[in-house]
This record gives sequence, structure tokens and C-alpha cells, in this order.
Amino acid sequence: MIPLPAPKPEVLARRAQIVAALQAIIPGDGVIGEALRLKPYETDGLSAYRQPPLAVVLPTSTEQVAAVLKYCNAQGIRVVPRGAGTSLSGGALPLADAVVMGLMRMNHIKTVDYENRLAVVEAGVTNLGITKHVEADGFFYAPDPSSQLACMIGGNVMMNSGGAHCLKYGVTANNLLGLTFVTVEGEVVQIGGNYLDAPGYDWLGIITGSEGQLGVVTEVTVRILRGPEGARAMLAAFDSIEVAGQAVDAIIGSGIIPVALEFMDRPCIHACEAFAHAGYPLDAEAMLIIEVEGNVEEQDRLLGWIKEICNRFNPISLKVAETAEESLAIWKGRKGAFGAVGRISPDYLCMDGTIPTGELPFVLKRIGEMSQSYGLQVANVFHAGDGNLHPLIMFDANNEASFHAAENFGADILKLCVEVGGCLTGEHGVGIEKRDLMPVQFTPLELDQMRAIKGAFDPQWLLNPAKVFPLEGNPIFATIPVLNAA
Amino acid sequence: MLSSTIVPKSEDAVASLVAAAAAQGEKLAIEGNGSKRALLRPVQATRTVSLRGLSGITLYHPTELIISARAGTPLPEIEAALAEKGQHLIAEPPDLAALFGASRPATIGGIVATNLSGPRRIAWGAMRDHVMGIRAVNGKGEIFRSGGRVLKNVTGLDLCKLLTGSHGTLGVITEVTLKVLPAPKATGTVSIRVASLEQGIAALSAGLGSPFSVTGAALLPEGEGAIAHLRIEDFEESVAYRCGKLRDDMARFGEASITMDTQPLWQGIRDAEPLGAEPDDAIWRVSVQPSAAPGVVAALRAAGGTKFLLDWGGGLVWAAAQASEAAHQAVVAAAAAAQGTYTLFRAPEALRGSVAVLPEEMPALAAIARRVKAVMDPAGLLNPGRMRAGQ
Repeated sequence: MIPLPAPKPEVLARRAQIVAALQAIIPGDGVIGEALRLKPYETDGLSAYRQPPLAVVLPTSTEQVAAVLKYCNAQGIRVVPRGAGTSLSGGALPLADAVVMGLMRMNHIKTVDYENRLAVVEAGVTNLGITKHVEADGFFYAPDPSSQLACMIGGNVMMNSGGAHCLKYGVTANNLLGLTFVTVEGEVVQIGGNYLDAPGYDWLGIITGSEGQLGVVTEVTVRILRGPEGARAMLAAFDSIEVAGQAVDAIIGSGIIPVALEFMDRPCIHACEAFAHAGYPLDAEAMLIIEVEGNVEEQDRLLGWIKEICNRFNPISLKVAETAEESLAIWKGRKGAFGAVGRISPDYLCMDGTIPTGELPFVLKRIGEMSQSYGLQVANVFHAGDGNLHPLIMFDANNEASFHAAENFGADILKLCVEVGGCLTGEHGVGIEKRDLMPVQFTPLELDQMRAIKGAFDPQWLLNPAKVFPLEGNPIFATIPVLNAA
Repeated sequence: MLSSTIVPKSEDAVASLVAAAAAQGEKLAIEGNGSKRALLRPVQATRTVSLRGLSGITLYHPTELIISARAGTPLPEIEAALAEKGQHLIAEPPDLAALFGASRPATIGGIVATNLSGPRRIAWGAMRDHVMGIRAVNGKGEIFRSGGRVLKNVTGLDLCKLLTGSHGTLGVITEVTLKVLPAPKATGTVSIRVASLEQGIAALSAGLGSPFSVTGAALLPEGEGAIAHLRIEDFEESVAYRCGKLRDDMARFGEASITMDTQPLWQGIRDAEPLGAEPDDAIWRVSVQPSAAPGVVAALRAAGGTKFLLDWGGGLVWAAAQASEAAHQAVVAAAAAAQGTYTLFRAPEALRGSVAVLPEEMPALAAIARRVKAVMDPAGLLNPGRMRAGQ
């Protein structure tokens, strides 16, 4: 159960009037007020929590976004921005008295400029949509979260999304040039532009990953990159997690930075193999997927060196893809990992802590012990190069005790991540899910300082409230009684 | 005028010092070794706090690609420790000692506080992209952290980015944690003699738009034309192969040649040596989209400027000219016409104290900036006036 602030009665009482005012701003079918049509917006990728909003607006322009924010700010109405609703941390969970601002109708690619290697896209363009638009010309947009088919660039900016290839290409924050940003007062501000490193405070940096706390992004100028001549993957399997971890260290230590370096444990290998028939070795305790880039000779050379390194650790299986098709086959299981786990368990929680990679054997051992004591299965898949761990905790949502055990298990894993020098979330965001764990990582002073910065952008705390920062100690909600969401 | 410099020996000492200054309303100039003291506007402070007493690497895990160091650690010390393990600072921060006439080396805290990056920025990101964690003291004398010591972290607001490039006006950075990478085994450069800056930008854009992972793209004007340089860094075999492919492709822009082991060339570009600024010249950095760079240079030439150096594929224009308000206004106008931005990087105190060394922000953003400053440094005692009046 995650407490939410009580809705403002004066806002709830004026629903009809508010919907009418929003309809005056967004004519046509861009305002939703009927209960039945609000239903699709009551949750996001963290579907254990549901709460229908007061209303939904689907603006089609920055001007409409600004006008809605101006109105809501003047009326003290809370606003929850939303892209595709794929957040795994509940970042787009509505509040009963909040207007959900869905940006999916702002889905135009406005400019593609190969000479300057940038694209200007509206917030509702999907992550993969950008790459699809430029790939015929050999370009791509680098961050590639697992949800890239559906998730939108506006949401990527707000959560600072990562992906499997950020060891080389960085996360969202490293691939942006500019934003059109609308303040809570409805002022439209240009952040950055078509150039690198604007002097002055790094607004681009603080807004990216701010989880809708600071304002609404309507347009994004992204860097697009020319793809390599080619890429190829290999698979290496080991009979212990420790040894696989040592192999990862040895690869990085040799001076090779693969473009991707993924790690799966035994339960994950089994789940993926049953799902994708990718030819994964079922007798392995740990498996690595390693991808390199370049022309065929460069790929051969790098894969040869990596193979040599892996051989020092007595692999039980080593398979280098000979063709692009074989590469895809190796990736197929990994890309379907979440779906694969979904097949063997009715429900699962996907955790997202980061650890120093040297702590991997210890952390996986502890997670195994917790799995025993909670009586819940867990499969681990993670970005080994950067220590971003994704334990998938399997539970049964129809069984309340199972759900609570899963939540507690997840919280224990994240506390462990912090304890060994890591953090609560590497790429999914805090949202509602990890909000109440924030004191594990931050001191009260650090939390208060972040809250005050939020307040500098959003003095009334109207933007995506009740996320990221624990309600306790909140300057606005402290005196409000709390309700349960689920 | 600055009356004295205090050199605290610990983070706690920094915190008590700032708290005491806050209580007394005393303004503080914050610096490392002071190598970039003349950057941006003159600070209006009565005392200087130097972080050089907080020195030393506190954590280095090569296989985790992470290094932490206290803010006052000299940059060469960090570079040497990394080199010993075959690694390097990704953003290739410049050594501006020559440009600013400094006698002591830059500190890592100063490099982060000013977000200065070298040629590799175009390919691998700026200093701000590699600050994974930060410890700092705010203007109330409170110690706080942001980020951590892992490579992927989206927990809470990213104050690492807010502090990086804030020139010490939001907090006194006491320790930084940076992502590092293996240093390349070899470096090669394809140089193309082009007839015009437009041709040069076209060559750089073609290089950066190639599949060969160009990690440096600079243009050195020579008369009407220029020399375009494209850098490849990687394993030896890859450098040889990709330089060859690139040279063949670049022949359409002009005579192209390959040089191996070109670290000194790029070190020079990193430190703006080819700019050829005279000791009393003013220096500007203009950031624009690369295709707009020739227009910026033409406008500044028309206004009497003669010295230029283009880095970051043409997206960074270094310009030097005799210091004057008219020369500065020409830069301001050229940057605006190109929809870009500028920094008055070096100038006599009279000039940098009297003009906007950075563009003004839109009113809505300026209001947010004032409120953020009030959160971090309510008494306005940290580096007052460094970036803009009041910032």
C-alpha cells in the first residue's frame, strides 16, 4: 500500500466546471471526463496501482499545453504528465483530483538534420519511431529502453531512460541538445538548442530525469548518430556467478568496451530459453551476451580477444555469432526476458537497482537467500558493464500476501543495493514505487534540498505530486491525511 | 578586493567556514588552484576559499570505470593515476594554464565546476556527462551528496548536473566521482586541405556522419581556406583501417592525408593553441550548430576579427580579438544570428566586469534561476557575480 495525498475536495466538487474549461482550451475530443473513458489512464507499467484521474487532456500543441498549465496553476489543480504510460515505477499514476496530461497526440518529427546530426521531435514520438525515421540513412537514436517500441521521448527525458547499449552510447541525458519546456505557470521556455553545452546552469541536466516534477516537455532536440558498419554478439556461459563476474572484470580491464554486456542468471536463462528457443545453455549458472561493433574484421578481432579472455575462466559454453542472423538469435532470448518471465509467473515485479560491479557475486548470493526466505522465485538479468541490476520477482497478484511479500522482497533488494554502494534506481525512476525508500539513500537534509529545488520550479507542488519524494516531511502534504491507492 | 585566502583541510572545515561566512554575511570567492580565476566575471568577494587543501584520489576501481577524488586534486595527478591503468578522462578536459597565465595546474573540482571539455566532447560527451557523484557544501554550510559511485543512477534530482558548470555559485564542490574509460591504444588523424570554411564543415560533418567513430573534428582556418582534421582513436588495426577508409572518402573535399600518433595536435586543439591569441586579446567561445559556424566566422571577420579555431565538428567556434566592447557586441550579434550561444571566455577585468559574459536567460527561466540560487545559497555568498549579476 502506498499512501497518496487526499484529493482536494474543492477540486473534486468542480469537476464539471473544470472539464468545461479544459474543453474551451482544447476543442474537439482532446478532453476526457467520462468515467469509462478515464479507465485506460488509471495506471501505467506498474499496474498494481490504479487510480482514475479527474480528467485527461490530450493536447496537440505546446500552446495548448501552456494554456492548460496556466489554467491549472491559477486554479490550484494538480497535473500528472504522461507519455505512453510505460513507466515501471508508477511515474504516470494519476491522483483522483489531478488532470492527466497525455502527450501522445504530439507525435510529429519536425526536423531531421543529418549535417548537424540532430532531430527535433515532439514529446509523443516513440523512442523507436526516431530510429525508424532515420535508419534508412544509416542513423539511429542511441538510448534503447526495453519498452522502446511504445515509450515516448517525452517520457524518456523525464525518466532519463537507459537501455542495453548505454555502456557505449550513454543514457537519455547524454543524447539531448535542447528542450521546449513549459513551466507550471504556462510559460514556454527554450532550454539549450541546436548546439552543445549552453553556458549557465544546466537546466537540460536537471530537467532530464526529473520525473515530471519540474515542468512539462513538449519538444525535444535529440542527437542522432551514424550507426557502425556492423555489430555482432557472442554468448559465454559459466558454471558460477563469481566466475562470470570475474570474466566481465577481465574484459573491461583489458581495455575493450563492448557496446553491450548483458548478464543472466540460471532462472533467467531457463525462462528465456523456454520462451525464445535461442539455444541458451541450460546447465549454466550465469551467461553473458557480449556485443561489439565495427566492420567484419574488426568484429572478428574483438570477439577473438574476448573469447580468449573468457577461455581463461573455463566457460562451459562459448558461441560467437557468425552472421547477423545468429546475433539476433542470441539477443532474442534476452530481449524477450520480461515476457519470458511473464509466461512462467502470472505476475512479476521488475526491480532496477545499480551496484558497483565488483559486488555482483555478493549481491546475487544475498538475493538468492532472500528468495528462499520469502518463498518467491527471482530471475536476474542485468547490464553487467554498468552494474544496473534487474531482478524479476515472481508473485501472484490475486494473492495479497504474495504481492506484499514481493514488495518487501523488492525493497530489501534495493536496500542491499544502497548498502553496497549503489542506488535505488538505475533507469526506471523513483516514481511511486521507490518513493518511500528514498530515506535509505538520502539524508533528510538532502531530501529537503531536492524538495526545495522542486519548489523553485513548482511552488504549489501541482506537478506530478506524491511521486519521488516521501510524503512525510513534505512542505505541502505534511498536514493532509493520506489514503491508500491500491 | 580579495584580502586573504583560506585553505581548509577537510570537508567539515569547508562547511564550518561557509556557515560562519553565512552568519556574518561575508562573500566568498571559491577556487581550486585559481588557474581559471580570470574566467567569466570578476567575483565580488572579500575572502577566497581555495580547495587545494582537499586533495587526493579517494577511490579508483578500474574495472568499474569509476574514480573519486577530492576537489582540490590536481588534474595531472588524476591523469597519471588513470594512465597507469591504461585509462583516461573521457571528456579530455583542457589545460588552460597558458591561456590564463596560471602557474598552478587545474584541479578536478575546478574542471567540473566549469564543465570544460576537449575535442572528444563531440563523440563521447562533456565533463557533465561523466560526473556520476558529487559531494558539496551549500551556501548554508550544509554538506550534501548527489549521485553516487555507480554508472547508472536516476535516483532523485540530478544535482551533479546542476552543480557541474555552475562555477561554484550553487555549492562548494568537495569531492567528485567520475566515469572513466580505457584510453585508446592508438590515435590517427585524417587531414584535409579545404578551399573554404563551408567545405571544411562539410568534410567534418561527413566524417562525423561516417560509421568510423570519429572522436575529434576540428577546423583550423588558413587564409581563405582551412585544414580539417578528423581523429580516430581505437586499437591500432582499427585506426589504420578506418583512417584509410576516411581518407578515401574525404578526397572529394580536398587533398587528404593520414598522420599517426597525433596526440600533440589534439592536445593543442584542446588547449586552443592554434587560435594564436595574443596575451592581451579577448577570447570568446561560440556554440552553434556546425552548419552555422562559417556564418559566425564571416560576421566576426567583417567586424575586424582575424583569429579563429573551430572544434566539435564546427559546433564550437573559438575567436580571439583585441578586447573591446564593440568586438564583444559583434560576437553577441553573431551568436544570436546563428541561434547559438556564447561565452566571453577571457578578457581584461574592465571588459568582463561591464558586459554580459553569457547570454541573459528568458525571464521565466531567470526567475527559476533566482529561486534555485535562493535554495542553494540564500545569502548569495558563493562566488557572487561570477556568471551573471546575482549568479
